[in-house]
Formats: sequence, structure tokens, C-alpha cells
Amino acid sequence: MAALLDRARELVATVTDPELPMLTLEDLGVLRDVSVDENGTVTVAITPTYSGCPAMATMRDDIVRTLKEAGLEATVRLTLSPAWTTDWISERGRTALAEHGISPPGRATPVAGPVALTLSPLRRAVHCPQCGSVDVEVTSEFGSTACKALYRCLTCLEPFDHVKEI
Amino acid sequence: MTNPSHNTDANPVAHDPHDSVYDGLLVNDAHWAFGTDFEDPLAGVDTTVPEGMEPGDLAAYCLMLGDDALILSHRLSEWCSSAPDLEEDIALANIALDLLGQARLLLARAAAADPSVVPALPEGSPVPAEDALAYFRSCQEFRNLRLVEAPNGDFAETISRLLVFATYRLALFERLTQSPDAVLAAVAAKGVKELTYHRDFAGRWFLTLAQGTEESRRRLLAGLATVWPLRAELFASHEVEARIGVDPASIAADVDVVLEQVFAVSGVERPTARALAGVEGQTGRDGMHSEALSRLLAEMQVVAREHPMGVW
Repeated sequence: MAALLDRARELVATVTDPELPMLTLEDLGVLRDVSVDENGTVTVAITPTYSGCPAMATMRDDIVRTLKEAGLEATVRLTLSPAWTTDWISERGRTALAEHGISPPGRATPVAGPVALTLSPLRRAVHCPQCGSVDVEVTSEFGSTACKALYRCLTCLEPFDHVKEI
Repeated sequence: MTNPSHNTDANPVAHDPHDSVYDGLLVNDAHWAFGTDFEDPLAGVDTTVPEGMEPGDLAAYCLMLGDDALILSHRLSEWCSSAPDLEEDIALANIALDLLGQARLLLARAAAADPSVVPALPEGSPVPAEDALAYFRSCQEFRNLRLVEAPNGDFAETISRLLVFATYRLALFERLTQSPDAVLAAVAAKGVKELTYHRDFAGRWFLTLAQGTEESRRRLLAGLATVWPLRAELFASHEVEARIGVDPASIAADVDVVLEQVFAVSGVERPTARALAGVEGQTGRDGMHSEALSRLLAEMQVVAREHPMGVW
């Protein structure tokens, strides 16, 4: 059973995110648990990045298909707590994002007490993933997917995505 | 998803499963035509109702919070392709998507707590409970605040409403993270992170419009004046809210502090318009709505209601 569990874990660890295919679900931190019951059925727990993440069904289907192709039956369940944070993106994942022109998130600040209102642009230590310049500005806190903000480099003038801290 | 052996059976020529993006549509089981495909957004989540909480109360409370999110999500999505610029179009759609996600979880939680709240559908209908609640309830069965159902107005009015709503909901969700119901607490903890971005977005635009041109300021003040009479309803405690949820009266002061902060920076006077009265004391939480909600629901629900058995 332990061997089966190791195999299931290895297989699930290869499944990539449908919207950020340079990352595995494990690198993204949405893969929360893999277990095997006495019948050899694999249960995989994943957590959504955002409440409305439209990629959950694809993630589930990709996990089930990957295991099925290796002859394993799997069910996918959700865990909602604790809520996903960008801090769960692995170092390997952060490197992969940067290599693909997406600025990785900084540390999410844990909130103690009421959440403060921020009317000025958020200050982040972001640099352009194309040319490395730190002379960048935020275009919008909302981008092509729920998890990204849109930036512009003022040196090379290229726009780029930044995975925003949550 | 794509099953290679199934593919081979279906087609005389064996295809690589990654041949075409359409292959995934040709295999696999059929889904209800209007669903979002993760059939149960609470799959595998423990939905036991905590001790001391009436299932009916919990369901009613989840419908209130879920309907707020669903209806405002729909209103915000009406901006798709109509916002002042592409960035704002995308921002409003993202906020709508976050709220839709919160709505799905909350409606699913309502159905799991008390299945009797889910409208009856024809035998064998593929409609999941959350969608039955969204698409097959009538106007007076919705429990959202009247604030969220009002038409969008212009961009400034939409921003004014979003500022009031996001400030209210963020204060509410911060407290809801302590709910004895683990599902509600988890939905709230996740929602807090999303609503923080929504509130900041609305606050920045409020400031920008207030301090922008004469025209942008005129529109902002007009939009705020239209929205303001619907604000008081947010803090009127419904008995269900007071009994098992966050009593909205308890967050009024905190919400005001944030709104005053935005008003002060923006150089905007707090409006003095009186609250819009209910009908015989009843408001949105009681199912008493404005005509705007019927029109919104007619558009949102019409296709689903035509095809309660529709699959593809």
C-alpha cells in the first residue's frame, strides 16, 4: 500500500496547472493531500486559489485522467480550509514563473486585526521579468486570471503579469 | 476527460488524445448545459450542521450571503465589454468572478444544510442544487439586499455601490471567520482576501473620480446619492442574522470608519439622504425586492428555465 501511495503521489505531482502550465499543482500549492484506501482507490485533495477559480474542474479531470492512464482509480475532493495563499507556491514554482515572464508573488502579509484600506498603489518589490528593471508600475490589480495583477515595465515598456499576494 | 480507448471506438481513425482541443467535448459524460462543471463545489467537504444551529437557519443565512454575491456578480458582469477601458472591464469581471465563486459555495452550503430550500425540478433533471437555487427560485425567494439588485447606473454609480458593498462584506466576513460552521468560516477566510482587493479597487476609483474632472466628480456625487438610501438596509438585523450569523448592526460603526476615510481623502461629504423604506417593514432579506430584481432574474434565468433537462 505504501508503494501504491508513493506511486500515486509521484503521478499526481506531474499534473500541471491549466492556466499556468509551467507549474505543477504541487508547485502552485493547490495540491493538499494524496491518500489511498484499502481498495486501492486514490483520493486527492485540492484547494481553489480563488473562490471563483474556473480551473477546478479541469484540475480534477487532469488528476483523474493521469491516474487512470496509470491504471489507478481516483476521486478528487476539495479542502477549503486553510485558504490558499501564494506563500504555498514553491521555490521551484517561483523560478518557473519568472522564467516564463511572470513575476512571482512576494510574501503575503498575514493580517492581524482589521484589514487596512489601501488607496495608494500597493508597494511591492517587483522587477520586470523581461529586462530586470525595477522601474515598473502597476496597470491594474486585476489581470488575465483571478490570481494576477497587470504591470508595465517603464524601462523596456513591456507589459507583464504579476501573481498577486493573497 | 479524454479517454484514448473511447476515442478509438468512436472514430475509425485513432487520434492522439491531444490532437484537437475539441476532442474533450466529444467524449466523457454529458453535463447539464448551464453548469460550471465541478458538479459539487463542496465535494468531500464536511457539511455537518454544527450543534446548536438550526439547519433551516443556516440555509437561510447562506442564501442571504450567497444571493448578495450572486446578484452583484451578475450586475458587475453586465459591464463586460462596456467598461470605460479594457483594464476596468477585466477588473469588474474578475470581481464578478470572485463573487460568483463565493455565491456557488454559499448556495451549495445552503442546500447541504437544508435540502428543502432547493426548488423541486422534474425527475431526472441534471441541475445541481446550487444551480437550482440560482436559476429556479422566484424573485421573492431571493434574500439579497436591495443594494445589489439596483441597476448599474454609470461607472461612478457602480463604483459607489461597490465601495459600500465591499466595505460591508469585508467587515462581515472578517467576523464570519469565527463562525461555528466550519464551511462558512472557510468561505469567509477566503473571501476576506478577495474582498480586500475589491474594496481597494473601489476606494481608489472613488478617489480618482472625486478628484478628477468636474464631470467625473459630478457623476460620482450623483452615483453616491443614488446608492446611499440603500445603505441603511445593510445594517438592519434580520432575526436569522442576529441568531446564527454576524449581526450586521455590530459592524455598522466599523464600516462607517472606512467609508469616512475614503470620503475624507476624496473631499466628499457624507450623504444625508434618508434610507429607502421597506414595504410594510419588509426589505430584501425578507424577499421584498424592487422591480429591478425581476428583470435581472428574467434575463439570468430564462434559458435555464426553458431547458431544465438540458445536457451537452
